Amino acid sequence: MGTSRDTAVSVTGLCKAFGSTVVLDGLDLAVAEGSVYALLGPNGAGKTTTVDILSTLTPADAGQVSVAGHDLARDPAGVRSAIAVTGQFSAVDDLLTGRENLRLMADLNHLGRREGRRRATDLLERFDLVEAADRRPATYSGGMRRRLDLAMGLLGDPRVVFLDEPTTGLDPRSRRAMWDVVRGLVAEGVTILLTTQYLEEADRLAERIGLLDGGRLVAEGTSDELKRLVPGGAVRLTFADADALETAGRVLGVPPGDPAALVLEVPSDGSVHALRSLLARLDDSRVDVAGLTVTTPGLDDVFLALTGRPTSEEVPA
Amino acid sequence: MSTTHALTDSRTMLRRNLQHAVRYPSLTLIVAAVPIVFLLLFVYVLGGTLGAGLGGPGGGRTEYVTYVVPGVLMLAVAGAPQGTAIAVAMDMTEGIIARFRTMSIARVSVLTGHVVGSVIQTLLGLAVVLAVALLVGFRPDADALEWLAATGLLALVAFALAWLAVAMGLASPTVEAASNLPMPLSLLPFLSSGFVPVESMPAGLRWFAEHQPFTPMIETLRGLLTGTAIGSSAWVSLAWCAVIALAGYLWARRGYERRPAR
Repeated sequence: MGTSRDTAVSVTGLCKAFGSTVVLDGLDLAVAEGSVYALLGPNGAGKTTTVDILSTLTPADAGQVSVAGHDLARDPAGVRSAIAVTGQFSAVDDLLTGRENLRLMADLNHLGRREGRRRATDLLERFDLVEAADRRPATYSGGMRRRLDLAMGLLGDPRVVFLDEPTTGLDPRSRRAMWDVVRGLVAEGVTILLTTQYLEEADRLAERIGLLDGGRLVAEGTSDELKRLVPGGAVRLTFADADALETAGRVLGVPPGDPAALVLEVPSDGSVHALRSLLARLDDSRVDVAGLTVTTPGLDDVFLALTGRPTSEEVPA
Repeated sequence: MSTTHALTDSRTMLRRNLQHAVRYPSLTLIVAAVPIVFLLLFVYVLGGTLGAGLGGPGGGRTEYVTYVVPGVLMLAVAGAPQGTAIAVAMDMTEGIIARFRTMSIARVSVLTGHVVGSVIQTLLGLAVVLAVALLVGFRPDADALEWLAATGLLALVAFALAWLAVAMGLASPTVEAASNLPMPLSLLPFLSSGFVPVESMPAGLRWFAEHQPFTPMIETLRGLLTGTAIGSSAWVSLAWCAVIALAGYLWARRGYERRPAR
């Protein structure tokens, strides 16, 4: 955690049970101001419940929560004035047009008529919704709805934004557009806590990632820190023909996995030293290498190693 | 939360509900349509016979129109909660309510928006019903002050029932339930002095009709519009309105706070 930055969201020992089902079991979190923190976990890990509690929708059973300097239990109104929430379930008014939805939010934020109109127009432009502004959200694509949803939250100038699975169900293009929006917000100094079941999303966006499983963090750190927690790096060598593949396999003591693919995967930490000695051995045996890539363990390997289960990664193509 | 914000937020929510009413007009239309159907049914099918039974000097259908219109107007007010409860229950299924709860706005404004919206819709519906009543021969003899008082009474009853309707909408787990819960309310005016004098009813029913809220409300309205005796009905009506509004308000607030987040 950057020592110079303040903590925008701090959670200690958060517990929540619905009946006899324990959803959060002593969750601890700290999100630095102006950063993106990703809560990564499979369905049922407690991601949405966490967002619901932090955004004052659901009371916690136990634990301390502070958001933007406001204590959740003592000053929920203060928390509400500092946050915006965009959930996986769209929170737009379907009987109002996009522009009317934004004006509704402007009025509820007591912005005043002129300022409200100006900000609504700005947001429509920024979120590429100008042409759809006077249509109802029923005619929008999934990505447009999600952008309108987020834009509505931003009218209140939030300092902390909770994004609950912001790109679930979106096509790759809309997903990338949403990522750009998130990066833009961070550039303005907004703190973002996002939940996701997509490893790639956490990897691309978040400075720090918390792996949530069974209602508590099983690991936490930067993407690189997490990947270092588990072995699993390799060097992938490709060869021009089967002879070279066979020789290399013999020299390095690695059985070729699939002879037809002409690829050899050699376990390695990927360091320069290891690579140099690997190539030297192949050179000595006069084996020509056609191509080489270094692979590091992915977050999915980390997740699998730490929880014994894969995340339900289903990135729609 | 300051009072000014509660007022501004309520006005914003009211605007939202009126926009909804314009875009989804079927709920509003039903407020006017059902009582008009009953008005025509009672006047033209049953009115001749019922009017003769009133025993007045004119007799027949003309006299019955004068008698029944206040009852029909109150029937329109009593039917409105169904639309309001449905609108509230539909609203609660929308994600935007969860958004409102995460915003720094006066919480009650979501509910007051529905209540005031319901009152406005009811009054508009009543204007249509009244217009049809005038067409079929209703001739009120009220002066300006009496018209004002009649409008005030109808608005007050609509306001009280709207709180009850909002509470029912919140208490309903589904939109279907919200449509059924207020049903007894809309039947209650039939068991009052609205369509026939309570004196003509069998003892048990008569006791019920004399003591249920719609009878004094209809008697007050009838007195204001057509000059019959009001007596204590006005005060009893106001008391009923206060009790219903307060109970509905408390029930609605509780329902809104207790409603699960999603």
